Order: sequence, then C-alpha cells, then structure tokens
Amino acid sequence: MGHDLGFALIGGGLIGLAAGLFLLIDGRIAGISGIAGGLLGRWPARWPADLAFLAGLPLGLALYRAGGGHVAVHLPGSTALLIGGGVLVGFGSRMANGCTSGHAVCGLARLSKRSLVATMVFMAAAVAAVAVERAL
Amino acid sequence: MKPALTALFCGTLFGLGLAVSGMVDPAKVQGFLDIAGHWDPSLAGVMAGAIPVAALFYRLAARRDRSLSGTALPAPPSPRIDRRLIIGSLIFGLGWGAAGMCPGPALAAWLVDGRALFFVAAMAAGMAVQRRFFAG
Repeated sequence: MGHDLGFALIGGGLIGLAAGLFLLIDGRIAGISGIAGGLLGRWPARWPADLAFLAGLPLGLALYRAGGGHVAVHLPGSTALLIGGGVLVGFGSRMANGCTSGHAVCGLARLSKRSLVATMVFMAAAVAAVAVERAL
Repeated sequence: MKPALTALFCGTLFGLGLAVSGMVDPAKVQGFLDIAGHWDPSLAGVMAGAIPVAALFYRLAARRDRSLSGTALPAPPSPRIDRRLIIGSLIFGLGWGAAGMCPGPALAAWLVDGRALFFVAAMAAGMAVQRRFFAG
C-alpha cells in the first residue's frame, strides 16, 4: 500500500505536470473526454493537436513499459460490462462537460466550484456502482 | 513550436503518469472506490499529486495575457451548476465505477489488453449519442 501510494503520487505529479504545461504552453485544458468528444463531430481547426495529445496517452504507457515499468491492467471479465460502462462514461462525461481529468484534476486545480460538485457527484456514483457490483 | 508537437509531449507525459500511478488498472480503481469492502486508498495519491502541480502552473498562466505559444488562455471556470452537470456526472460515475475505467486510462490501457477497445468504442458511441440527441 505505501509502495502503491508512492507510485500514485509520482504518477499524479506527472499528470499534473502534463495538464499544467498544456495550459501554460498552449492555453488548453487537458480534459480527455472534451478532447475526444470534440473529434467525434466536425473536426475543430486544432485537430492535429487534439489527435496528437490523445495519441500520446498510449505512447506514454509504452515508454514506461519500455523503460522497465510494470503496468497491470485487470479488466472486468464481462464484455457487456465494458460496453455498458463505456456508453455511460462517454454519454455522462459529455453531458457534464468533463470527466476525471477535466473536472477532478484541471477543474479542481482551477478552484472551479462546478468541478468540485461534478467530482463529488461522480465519486459518489462510482462508489455506489462498485458497492452494487460487489453485492451481486 | 508546432502545437501538435507540444500536445504530443503533454499527452505522452499524461499517459506516462497514468501508467506509473496505477490509474490504468480497472481492478485498482475499483479497489479505490470499494470503500465498504477491501478499500485500497492508494489512488487518492493521484489527485494529491496532480492537483497542486497543475494548480502551480495555472497560477503562473493566470499572470499572463496569453499562453507561451501566444494562444488565448481559457476563460475563468463557469460557476453554473445545472442539471446537466449533476445528471451527467451521475451517469459518468456509474459507468466509471462499473467498468473501473474513465476516458484517459481507457485510451492507454488497450495497449496492454486489447479488450479495452470494447470500452473505447462504446465510449465513443455514448459521446456521439449525447452530441447528436442531447446537445445544448
């Protein structure tokens, strides 16, 4: 647990650094659902940057592995759960104009009251979803 | 510098942070959300690491008229808390808890387990449905 906490803090610091640099250098909020959702309609003029940012996500993971880092990914066994969860995450994040990155990292770092409310609501809903899943 | 290059750099740093922190592992995320069961609080370190670092850069940016690359900085966060924010966050949270994945980690995790692409495709569909039928 202490070991995991260290990795979480360092990884979180890197996420904060990425979000901070994206704003300071390019004036952009590093909200993943916003960037991804924007590419699903008519592509915005800044699409090369949007696509490049999203392409960087697996690239960063690949670099960590190439450097000897261990990355565990234990997905739920049920494909229906993956698909159902994906639909809810996609729909809800666009409706709320943000997800974990946009609200819980960028929004809270900007002291946005909207993001604080969003974060409390989605945390509570996620805790409830896990509790129900574990009870079934 | 070209915006696509800095975006790729920031996205890669972000993906590295997701990989290092453990956020890409749905089992770990669900352990963090399982406060009534075998709670694994270590992922709280992600927010604890990310928010202060991002906030520092946001404060630096707030002293400037434009970003370092000369683009406009985002407007201050809206204070509006409406039904879309609450309901959207609720739906997002249910999906996040059920599958243990949110948009950023999903866009990186497929590199380790290709089944994450089911989630990514469903997420894109959910975003498209929201945009097409529930926008505005």
